[in-house]
Amino acid sequence: MNSVVASTSPSRLARLSDYAWRHPKQVLLVMLILPVLWLGVVYLGSLATLLIQSFFSIDEFSGLIKHEWTLKTYQELFVPANLDIILRTLAMAALVTMASAILAFPIAYYAARYAKGVWKALFYIGIMLPLWSSYLVKIYAWKLILAREGILNWLFTSLHLDGLLNVYLALPVVGGSSLSVSYTGTFLVFVYVWLPFMILPLQAALERVPSSLLEASADLGASAWQTLRYVLLPLALPGLIAGSIFTFSLTLGDYIIPQIIGSSRLFIGQAVYMQQGTAGNIPLAAAFSVVPIVIMGIYLWLAKRAGAFNAL
Amino acid sequence: MHSKAPWGLKIAAGLGLAFLHLPILLIFVYAFTTEEKSYQWPPPGFTLKWFGVAWERSDVWEALALSLKVASISTLIALVLGTLCAAAVSRTRFFGRETISLLVILPIALPGIITGIALRSAFNLADIPFSFWTIVLGHATFCIVVVYNNAVARFRRLSGSLIEASMDLGANSFQTFRYVILPNIATALLAGGMLAFALSFDEVIVTTFTAGQQSTLPIWMLEELVRPRQRPVTNVVAVLVVLMTVLPIIAAYYLTRDGEHSAGQGK
Repeated sequence: MNSVVASTSPSRLARLSDYAWRHPKQVLLVMLILPVLWLGVVYLGSLATLLIQSFFSIDEFSGLIKHEWTLKTYQELFVPANLDIILRTLAMAALVTMASAILAFPIAYYAARYAKGVWKALFYIGIMLPLWSSYLVKIYAWKLILAREGILNWLFTSLHLDGLLNVYLALPVVGGSSLSVSYTGTFLVFVYVWLPFMILPLQAALERVPSSLLEASADLGASAWQTLRYVLLPLALPGLIAGSIFTFSLTLGDYIIPQIIGSSRLFIGQAVYMQQGTAGNIPLAAAFSVVPIVIMGIYLWLAKRAGAFNAL
Repeated sequence: MHSKAPWGLKIAAGLGLAFLHLPILLIFVYAFTTEEKSYQWPPPGFTLKWFGVAWERSDVWEALALSLKVASISTLIALVLGTLCAAAVSRTRFFGRETISLLVILPIALPGIITGIALRSAFNLADIPFSFWTIVLGHATFCIVVVYNNAVARFRRLSGSLIEASMDLGANSFQTFRYVILPNIATALLAGGMLAFALSFDEVIVTTFTAGQQSTLPIWMLEELVRPRQRPVTNVVAVLVVLMTVLPIIAAYYLTRDGEHSAGQGK
């Protein structure tokens, strides 16, 4: 192993190399010190300073942060207005996740089972491109689509379905004065932007389902629907859960989409943004940002209990 | 079972893909519209004028230059840190190994707004003024995971016996790294680097918190989205951004695909 040592005058580099070979622990330390310093100190450190501030409170009169330990800021989260924000965000995240799963399944299944050769590559790129193309450009595209003078209204009018659209917009919760300022608009954009995050893990899970199982199910007399329900879906569940972790968590924390397309009612991300910005209430902003962390923690714990990670 | 896809599945998959792609293609049409005050569809006419107008805009160029600079430096930092982490995690088992993988993934697993606001409050506490470097700091933090993921996957495929053979043949650690490890992981690093670049080039949420007065291209776009002033110029910039991200993604795909034939697979 250490044949280099045998050479007559080992260079400094060679000696260093030998030292490294004999001391793998030190090498590991050298390799890890930079990344750990960066992530552990800079990143976790900032995260900790943020979380600590959620246990402070703001002085109502001076507007300054009182550096005393208190749970007062957390209590503020349960004020009806703030609770509404949290519940609204949760409901949106759940709906977006379900819609993404439904839309993603056929694409993922086709790509995993039927696409071959060139089509496989095309499907892969067809999913990767929207995943990686600019987040803002995607939102912008929907601003164009949902605008009052935009393509969607034009389409409805040309098909003489504008009456139907107006009826829909008149509905209480999902409607609004136009699609671009309604929850429906926000929902559509969320689904559009996060859909690839659902497709990829789902496709990976479906690719691992052996086709012999599906054949066996058909041989035993199951209809295509029963095979889907009792064979395919349970086996694809880990992928579905993995994808839902993305769509759920991304929706929980987003503040740009509801700000650009949607009604003026706030989501968690917007609340955090406003509290730390215009309102200058860092403790409340910090407490608000703990909400998605806690929710995702519970979500991950449930997913783990459901065995989603073992199967992956 | 039938080897041909049922029609319903084909149609649903096709519609799904159309849903993913048509909105982006729509922007390409809008970049040529003669209408400048609204998002009118169908466009009343087509013109190439806005490409010229966008070309003349110094604020767009400055934002683009800043974005490219930030993305290059963040990618470089992420490449070094991500590769080191990946090498350590995949080549040895040590106490806290799982923690390290979690640590790397955390900046991207937590919502961007949390990363952003955490960094911002830390900068404030430490009295660090917002600058080019605060943007880079934020970007590099969440770019590490992309490089790490690519590198870890490749290191796993890279057989340990290759490295042992190199050592047995008298190469020292540095030679082994230079002539055996690096050629084998190069394409994975290139792919990871390109994805990290694309990620940084496009990032807006963390950047809104870590940038001072400077605006990167996404920040410029965001301002236009919130308060549209220059619709035609925004359309052109959006098209350029799409084109600039498409190329590295396709390149990264081909690089990692070829990498499946990396040496020492039969581990």
